[in-house]
Amino acid sequence: MTPRRPPVGERFRRFRDRLRAASGNIRAPSDDARTAPGTARPPSDDARTASGRRGVPPPEAGRRRGRGGEELTVPPAEFSSYYGRPILKPPVWTWEIAAYLFTGGLAAGSSLLAAGAQLTGRPALRRAGRLTALAGVTASGVLLVKDLGRPERFHHMLRVAKLTSPMSVGTWILAAYGPAAGLAAVAEAAPLLPERGPLGVARRMLPPVGRAAGLAAAGIAPALGTYTAVLLSDTAVPSWHAAYPDLPLVFAGSALASGAGMGLIAVPPAQAGPARRLAVAGAGLELFGAHRVQTRLGLVAEPYRVGHAGRLLAAGRALTVVGAVGALLGARSRVVSAASGAALLAASVATRFGVFHAGVASARDPRYTVLPQRERLQRRADEQDR
Amino acid sequence: MVDPESRSGSPVAFDPAAAAGWVDAPPRMGFFTDTSVCIGCKACEVACKEWNGVPASGLDLLGMSYDNTGALTANSWRHVAFVEQPRPSGDDSAAPAGAGSTEFLGMPGAAPPGRTGSAHGRSDFRWLMMSDVCKHCTRAGCLDVCPTGALFRTEFGTVVVQEDICNGCGYCVSACPYGVIDRRADDGRAWKCTLCYDRIGAGMTPACAQACPTESIQYGPLDELRDRAAARVATLHERGVPEARLYGHDPSDGVGGDGAFFLLLDEPEVYGLPPDPQVPTGDLPQMWRRAGLAALAMAAGAVAAFLGGRR
Repeated sequence: MTPRRPPVGERFRRFRDRLRAASGNIRAPSDDARTAPGTARPPSDDARTASGRRGVPPPEAGRRRGRGGEELTVPPAEFSSYYGRPILKPPVWTWEIAAYLFTGGLAAGSSLLAAGAQLTGRPALRRAGRLTALAGVTASGVLLVKDLGRPERFHHMLRVAKLTSPMSVGTWILAAYGPAAGLAAVAEAAPLLPERGPLGVARRMLPPVGRAAGLAAAGIAPALGTYTAVLLSDTAVPSWHAAYPDLPLVFAGSALASGAGMGLIAVPPAQAGPARRLAVAGAGLELFGAHRVQTRLGLVAEPYRVGHAGRLLAAGRALTVVGAVGALLGARSRVVSAASGAALLAASVATRFGVFHAGVASARDPRYTVLPQRERLQRRADEQDR
Repeated sequence: MVDPESRSGSPVAFDPAAAAGWVDAPPRMGFFTDTSVCIGCKACEVACKEWNGVPASGLDLLGMSYDNTGALTANSWRHVAFVEQPRPSGDDSAAPAGAGSTEFLGMPGAAPPGRTGSAHGRSDFRWLMMSDVCKHCTRAGCLDVCPTGALFRTEFGTVVVQEDICNGCGYCVSACPYGVIDRRADDGRAWKCTLCYDRIGAGMTPACAQACPTESIQYGPLDELRDRAAARVATLHERGVPEARLYGHDPSDGVGGDGAFFLLLDEPEVYGLPPDPQVPTGDLPQMWRRAGLAALAMAAGAVAAFLGGRR
């Protein structure tokens, strides 16, 4: 008995109310095909279940009727569960991880843009790319450490290198990429240094160092932009795991598009030609991947289409199209280019948060755990029969 | 979905402790939880908390029969599930439409469900109880994805978190196909059953098995437990309990078999267990391959953007 004890029975009362509301609705003809997977639905935290069940027939009557053997009006249970509780633990990751998916991708896309600009002699684009990459990777580090349960122990990640842990692989990718991107960005400060004295030496040394570091960062960038898809897929979260063939494409495209978006904002239209083409390429990859994720996964694609995640992904898709079209058509206008860039950045944010929330939703609802596994068992049994 | 390679092969003799580098490891130890004799006393939950110093989970009534623990969490390493079903025990007539479902019958109440004082509203029911625990998988998702090495495979083939290493990244929580391991909110680290690593290292029985008054929780070498479980299922089938089945005993399942397996009287999902769990890392080689392809596409896109036009 501690003073911090929660009020006894509050949850129980809420549960009972939901149960009554739901058990009434199960018997009523329902146009919502997604309700009533079993009689065990009520305690779900899902608003879908809890809402829209007020004003149904008296619960006691409904329940008694349902239990009688003859008037079995309850549709056969699609699946059973333990009081509707999730089987899996929803990810404990919070918005920081979704935001990191964006900042990491932005850094990766920007490094590629900067390296291309460096090799083709476009200093303004190079500078924008390098600075964005540094900002992106710094934000990534902060977000990742902040999301840890024990942030002060972040360096424990460096104890081991494990190929079976995408997070460990990612740690080492970041550990290699971060300093390279940082050095490349710092090298942009060379013209600000005095020409004489020890700083003058730095002024002469930095540009070549920056060039090497920029190329190194660009070499690692594709790994940084795509490993995050494996990070999500290598979990038991149904919608993330099943999406493993196409999620890397979404993230690669999103990374390119966001990097290009930043380029479109930062550079005058005359020098933004490559960013424009990169934006279109990235948008194409992202849309292609997202389409496959949303259509090819059967039941576990549902969280990518409905609810909060579905809205975010739809917004991301629309913004991507707007941004890519704007990038193509606005080649003469600084304003249109910058607006397109902003749309691409917003699209990337929406897509990353959408994918993140879809996974969380799929882990929260036991139907996405049980039904695909039941199907798999059935398929295996059928194969054995043959 | 691609099934892991383990399904085609037969890794029956696979010893996780030896695979983890232990030399001359003792036999693999585990739990066999026979739910057919569980009486739902929760002595296992209490003994576990007492021995392992697990913090209180707070008091709340969940309205889920006598289960106010709710689920395995960072603060509950044993969890006794109570399943109420409107079906008499031993009813082996063709499975009714609602078979396998869980219905809230209003327990706890002053009287058993179905006893209303009159014939009206009386119902038949059966009550299933099951003490759930970490499965200590042969191929453990949590262990595979842990980026700090905090999770490790013990010489007994069990999976344990080192609390002084864990930095609370939370990856193991998402990687567990059973939803067992969990991050403790006020502490930030991941916690789960250790199969009483300290006790079994000293030759003792884990606290929960020691406390179990009906030997529903049995502890011992896994091979021995599997034999015992098979015999128990045969006995139950003989006695007219055809729904008795083992869960997690099969070394060719998606997680390579569990170190803690169960005898159940209904489908696994009725108890909140996944019907066909797969270790997420089973598909990892394909995942890296797909990510590699996407990375190439990314690089190619960048090259094309710079070579593809004048300006």
